[in-house]
Amino acid sequence: MSTVTMEQRKRIHPHKFTLWVGIGSLLMMFAGLTSAYIVKRNQANWQTFDLPQFFWYSTVAIILSSVTIYLAEKAFKQRMMQKYRSLVVTTLVLGILFIVFQLLGFQQLWAKQVTLTANVSYSFMYVIVGLHAAHVLGGLIALIVLFAKAFSVKTRSYNSVPVELVSTYWHFVDVLWIYLLIFLILIR
Amino acid sequence: MSSAATLQHADVHVSHDAHHEHHHHETFITKYVFSQDHKMIAKQFLVTGIIWAIIGGLFSVIFRLQLGYPEATFPWLEDLLGHWAAGGKLKPEFYYALVTMHGTILVFFVLTAGLSGTFANFLIPLQVGARDMASPMLNMLSYWFFFLSSIIMFCSLFIQTGPASGGWTIYPPLSALGDASTGSILGMDFWLVSMAMFIVSALLGGLNYITTILNMRTKGMSMTRLPLTIWALFFTAVLGVLSFPVLLSGAILLLFDRNLGTSFYLSDIVVAGKILPNEGGSAILFQHLFWFLGHPEVYIILLPAMGMSSEIISVNSRKPIFGYMAMVGSLFAIAILAFLVWAHHMFVTGLNPFLGSVFVLLTLLIAVPSAIKVFNWLTTLWRANIRFTPGMLFAIGFVSLFISGGLTGIFLGNSALDLHLHDTYFVVAHFHIVMGVASFFGMFAGVYHWFPKMFGRYLNNTMAYIHFWVTIVGAYLIFWPMHYQGLSGMPRRYYDFSSWISFNQFSGLNEFISFVAMIVFAAQLLFVFNFFYSMFKGRKVTDSNPWGANTLEWTTPINPGHGNWPGEIPEVHRGAYDYAKDGKEFIPQDVPVGDDESKH
Ligand code: HEM
Ligand SMILES: [Cu+2]
Repeated sequence: MSTVTMEQRKRIHPHKFTLWVGIGSLLMMFAGLTSAYIVKRNQANWQTFDLPQFFWYSTVAIILSSVTIYLAEKAFKQRMMQKYRSLVVTTLVLGILFIVFQLLGFQQLWAKQVTLTANVSYSFMYVIVGLHAAHVLGGLIALIVLFAKAFSVKTRSYNSVPVELVSTYWHFVDVLWIYLLIFLILIR
Repeated sequence: MSSAATLQHADVHVSHDAHHEHHHHETFITKYVFSQDHKMIAKQFLVTGIIWAIIGGLFSVIFRLQLGYPEATFPWLEDLLGHWAAGGKLKPEFYYALVTMHGTILVFFVLTAGLSGTFANFLIPLQVGARDMASPMLNMLSYWFFFLSSIIMFCSLFIQTGPASGGWTIYPPLSALGDASTGSILGMDFWLVSMAMFIVSALLGGLNYITTILNMRTKGMSMTRLPLTIWALFFTAVLGVLSFPVLLSGAILLLFDRNLGTSFYLSDIVVAGKILPNEGGSAILFQHLFWFLGHPEVYIILLPAMGMSSEIISVNSRKPIFGYMAMVGSLFAIAILAFLVWAHHMFVTGLNPFLGSVFVLLTLLIAVPSAIKVFNWLTTLWRANIRFTPGMLFAIGFVSLFISGGLTGIFLGNSALDLHLHDTYFVVAHFHIVMGVASFFGMFAGVYHWFPKMFGRYLNNTMAYIHFWVTIVGAYLIFWPMHYQGLSGMPRRYYDFSSWISFNQFSGLNEFISFVAMIVFAAQLLFVFNFFYSMFKGRKVTDSNPWGANTLEWTTPINPGHGNWPGEIPEVHRGAYDYAKDGKEFIPQDVPVGDDESKH
């Protein structure tokens, strides 16, 4: 007896589909914030500022991490578990680096009097970038789970769905960051 | 079926499937508390929703006492509410708190979580032919986030300075500044945190509903064979998933303004002669973010009621629903338009008049799909062999209320008229009829219709008929006169009208409305009694398809276990509305098409 009928077999895995819808939902949240930003920018009392250098380092880190997780997924599917493990660890480290660079960037800004409350444009930047970082942190937790699974001797899972889910989400936060970065540079 | 047909990586569902008949370790906790069975989760949502509805309804009775009898004192109020009603008279601050909590509770906790949470959970797997939701785990989390959110909101009722009191729309600056009102001190933070949890719950639920509908349909269940309930719940979930995150972003900014000194919404504010340092914010910005959710939200509340009423009307008319594709198309049109009309709540905010007229046009366009739906319900009822079951009565009542309330929407949608009508009792009448009461009717219709499937027992019919007639007559008596009050300028959200000569003419009417409100509230308690009594003591269901309906939920055993069908999931061969076809009264969806069968 089977639950999953022939017809369902052709369809995308439900969990992956759920993730995609969830990504759409998260995008709406950032769309809400960025459109609020645009509305506010056209009103009085808006100050521009330069983004800190550290944001560029963090961009490099997160793009690299996207590459490594892509390779990790590939390695997993080819059952090259040794390679998979080291790539997951690399991704995790790069993700942590991203967060660290973001924090250093905030510190740089703060030192230049670009503080949370000094101007609305600053406040927006902190909220938008911070909220994105919170989503990266969520991804890091998922990576840690993968990491724990990959090194646990007890569970031997060859189910690639969790890996694919984490990797899709990770690419999402990467692309989202690039979008936000371009947005914050172009629209100020 | 051979194991080759089993989807290899869908481990969750397969294992689930193999074990559902002999759950080894089903304890009270796993069965009733941390259940992952969509049917149990649905009941959890329903019961929590009922509890909230009693609380929210009671609040309205209390503040109606103030409006109806502004001069009177009620010593028992002091016993109930303590210093909030010192001397037996509600304090103005607490009046606002009650109005705010009434709105929040009814809109979000009852008519969103209680309605979608219950029926999307209950009906989607059963009607599309799935063993459970795509992710039972997320589904359980969805309930528990709602529970957490409920607890936080409930606790806020006991804060010394009172719960949030800036209206269910929590407009800043009122909601942003603790100095502005006592409810904006701690109550507002509780409100925001509770709503953040609520939004997480709504999103987790919505993701699951969408995925289940699109991915987990049984063999033969093409999209165009889906019952209209499922279509409606589908669009509801899409609206929720796309609009709730925007409210979340608005709420996050508000939290920052309140607690971290930012000025997203605040500028040039003077409180008690003191100028606040906040510069550069805009309170209107919040309204945009709020209503971008807020308007879709009203359809999140309405669409499930529409879907269930369509289904129940067709079943009890013993006729196919008129214009199935038009019903789906109009749901779709409503869902799209729902995102394009939010500024009709903001005509008086100094909106650019040209922009305003665009929103007028888009708003009035909603009348088109709405009229299509009404036309189709009426044509389905036309010359039908109607069975007036309680569910059917409530579904017909829904149509009546939707017509009455929809018509006043067209008044409000004209910005020229809205300048006068905005923030008057006309708006209160409009949205209570079209959204509040109408959706409650859809929900009651659903409960009366699917109660036998939920609990294997029937509700008591006598109590049900009393409930129906008192509620429909009472609802019109309460809200119809409010249109006149609004037309003559009586503003909403005022604590006491007795000091205005122009509104004194309404003091008798206000008393009448409050009196009817108490009777209607009592009738709801009768329903609550009927509900819990019948759950344990009601007449037992003996026929697995008591209404003679076509949809798949009636092909399950009378008390389906986790997994819904003991054997294979039935295959679907036809749409859900083959009533009165080829001389047969009804043909369920799992009956194969006969060779000589006519095309409808
Ligand atoms: C033809 C259809 C409709 C039109 C043209 C329409 C138009 C409007 C307009 C213009 C307002 C703003 C009034 C004001 O504040 O000055 C309004 C308020 C409202 N409408 Fe409708 N409406 C329609 C149907 C509905 C439906 C179907 C629902 C819900 C199911 C609904 C729920 C509400 C609510 C809740 C409010 C008031 C919110 C508040 O200020 O607290 N409306 N409507
Ligand atoms: Cu609206």
